[in-house]
Amino acid sequence: MRRCPIIPLLLLLLPGSLARAHKPSDSYLALQLDGARIEGRWDISLGDLDYALGLDADGDGAITGREVRAAQPAIADYALSRLRIVDGRENCPTVAREHLITTRSDGAYAVLRFTSTCSQAPRGIEVIYGLLFDVDAQHRGLVRVASGQQVQTAVLRADAAERRFAVAAHPAGQQVLDFIGEGVRHIWGGIDHILFLLALLLPSVLRRERNAWRPVSTLKPAMSDVLKVVTAFTVAHSVTLSLSTLGAAALPPRLVETAIAASIVAAAVNNLYPLFEGRWGIAFALGLLHGFGFSNALLEMDLPRTITAVTLLGFNLGVEIGQLAIVAVFVPIAYAMRATWLYRRFALVGGSVAVGAIACVWSIDRLLS
Amino acid sequence: MADAKLRARTVIARLGIVCLIALLGFALYAPTQRLDGMRPLADSDDDRVLQEVSKRSAELRKLQAVARARADAPDLATALRLARENIEQARALSDPRYLGRAQAALKPWWNSPSPPHGVLVLRAVIRQSNHEFAAALADLSLALEIAPEDAQAWLTQSSLQVVRGDYAAARRSCGPLHRLATELVATACLAAVDGVTGRADAAHDALHDVLARSNAAHPGLKCWALTLLAELARYKGDPATAERHFRAALAHGQDDAYLLAAWADFLLDRGRPREVVALLEKHTEADGLLLRLALAEAQLRTPRRNEHAAELAERFAASRARGDRIHLREEARYVLKLERQPARALELALENWRVQHEAADARLVLEAALATGDVPAAQPVLEWLHQTQFEAPYVRALARQLGGAPR
Repeated sequence: MRRCPIIPLLLLLLPGSLARAHKPSDSYLALQLDGARIEGRWDISLGDLDYALGLDADGDGAITGREVRAAQPAIADYALSRLRIVDGRENCPTVAREHLITTRSDGAYAVLRFTSTCSQAPRGIEVIYGLLFDVDAQHRGLVRVASGQQVQTAVLRADAAERRFAVAAHPAGQQVLDFIGEGVRHIWGGIDHILFLLALLLPSVLRRERNAWRPVSTLKPAMSDVLKVVTAFTVAHSVTLSLSTLGAAALPPRLVETAIAASIVAAAVNNLYPLFEGRWGIAFALGLLHGFGFSNALLEMDLPRTITAVTLLGFNLGVEIGQLAIVAVFVPIAYAMRATWLYRRFALVGGSVAVGAIACVWSIDRLLS
Repeated sequence: MADAKLRARTVIARLGIVCLIALLGFALYAPTQRLDGMRPLADSDDDRVLQEVSKRSAELRKLQAVARARADAPDLATALRLARENIEQARALSDPRYLGRAQAALKPWWNSPSPPHGVLVLRAVIRQSNHEFAAALADLSLALEIAPEDAQAWLTQSSLQVVRGDYAAARRSCGPLHRLATELVATACLAAVDGVTGRADAAHDALHDVLARSNAAHPGLKCWALTLLAELARYKGDPATAERHFRAALAHGQDDAYLLAAWADFLLDRGRPREVVALLEKHTEADGLLLRLALAEAQLRTPRRNEHAAELAERFAASRARGDRIHLREEARYVLKLERQPARALELALENWRVQHEAADARLVLEAALATGDVPAAQPVLEWLHQTQFEAPYVRALARQLGGAPR
């Protein structure tokens, strides 16, 4: 009678009818096509890499940053040697670019960013996937291939490890155009950014004289003021947008959202009790916060595309173009109406009060949520 | 006046600048975390534990190397050892990842219709976890032809036959256990079959008697027997006894996921969600346990309930993304009770019923059918109830409400 073997395997019966805990092994491979270049991002579980390669150098059951760093070349070799991207007849060679880490529901993952260059813009690529199948027969590669606006996904398994993805024809550089479009959409959709800007611009066609607002007599000072304010705002938010998107700076989203709302209140209040007449200073200082807001929104979008310096520039450009459009519509109207009671009382004062009040509510709401 | 204004302006300007510098300094200094979720390794990560793994991974890699050393003559003994180790880990940690590794260890024989006996048994276990019950039964049947003295295989076979609703065969599979294993094992095997075929009362008493006589049995076995006794007590409508048995099982300290789930279900039915929360708060890795926790929290309306429910939804989605359909029972219950979409829940419950016929599966179909008002959909389960004479009062009550209570 073999009692011992019964015991451990016995209890295995029971969880079989229970939903399995934790998660079977998956890796996440995202490919972004841009002309003949393919940008890749591959998330691979550290636990899996340890089982296949051995990451835990000192065998203490804990994988530290140091151990991962030491293993990064091996990880890149291991992973890229088990992936082939083929354009029709020939391989598109892959080169590792960057090592990062991230966390998913089942633990820490190594993120490998790589590029693959085909000899020409492919009409279709074949992904031949071979990661981890030899050590984990239930491993799955969750692949996502994006090209322009088109996204295709596939689940690759040991018994179905290759897949062809047809790629819609698109010119190289399409990606940047897409990002420019996103930038425009963002500023037009970002009511808080618009309100801040408009609040700052309302007094541009006026000047302060003996505690009252008076219309400027010529266009020149108005335009000069608009230029200063808009430029200051633009420079400020571009800087922080870039820093934040590229990962060099980070602020908690809740803080940023609250601060942005508060900045609108500040601009509105300044219109009613003007402390700072040259508002480019405020535009710059508070514009820094808005940049973080843009960046958060950009990163939260589930873009199938990878964000690079070039695409970021495109996004920024889009924001500025969108902004310019708003200013180009607003300023002539404001200038034309600058002498009217409607503008000075209703738009400037009434408008600032209304905007300030709304922004106040937003601030409190964002702070508490 | 102008003076005050100037002062105010200066103060505000200075304050503002200081704040901004502080904020930016913080932004630049704080560990950078890009919102698309990934970041480079920082120096501060050097000594930080990013992931815990088994201390035995070096050893397991050696086994892998040995097992794979010669493609033309794979090392069976090492492969079996590697597979068994991984299955052990899967059980101990309730983590399915290891089953994939076990399966990979058996790769040279995996698709063979008649591999060596050792492979058959382990392949059956892995297939059973994948809910490939028919294939697992085929493997066990073959394994038993080769080695009819394998008590574990008989026991596994019986339990799979119960899941498939083949009760006569399940009873027959218990037969050899009288000779090959202890009285406790044999009685428990039969009790599991009798429990769902209208003989819960007798089964309970028989098993209870044998357990009382089996003091020398392994604690794991005792725990299993007590869990079964608790379920039998539930089936015969005796919750007080069921609770006694559950508590006795828990006292063995096995922290078995199955036991915890069964106890949580009992507590939820008895309207004691608070105890469920206390029990399962620390057990959120296991999907089934997270589900029970979320159900209890929904009843109590605790602040974390949405977080847990959302996490569950993500896990089911992740599983579906992979193409796995083994969480149907849990997903159906989640969709019915937490997402409150009875039509979809019924679909899932029926899909689940096609695969497995345990009490919990029957109950789900009935509950979903009641919620949607789709009585004909419950027909297969009502027939099953009629055939088996399964007597659990809470299931019978559902059937009565659907107008199909058997005599």
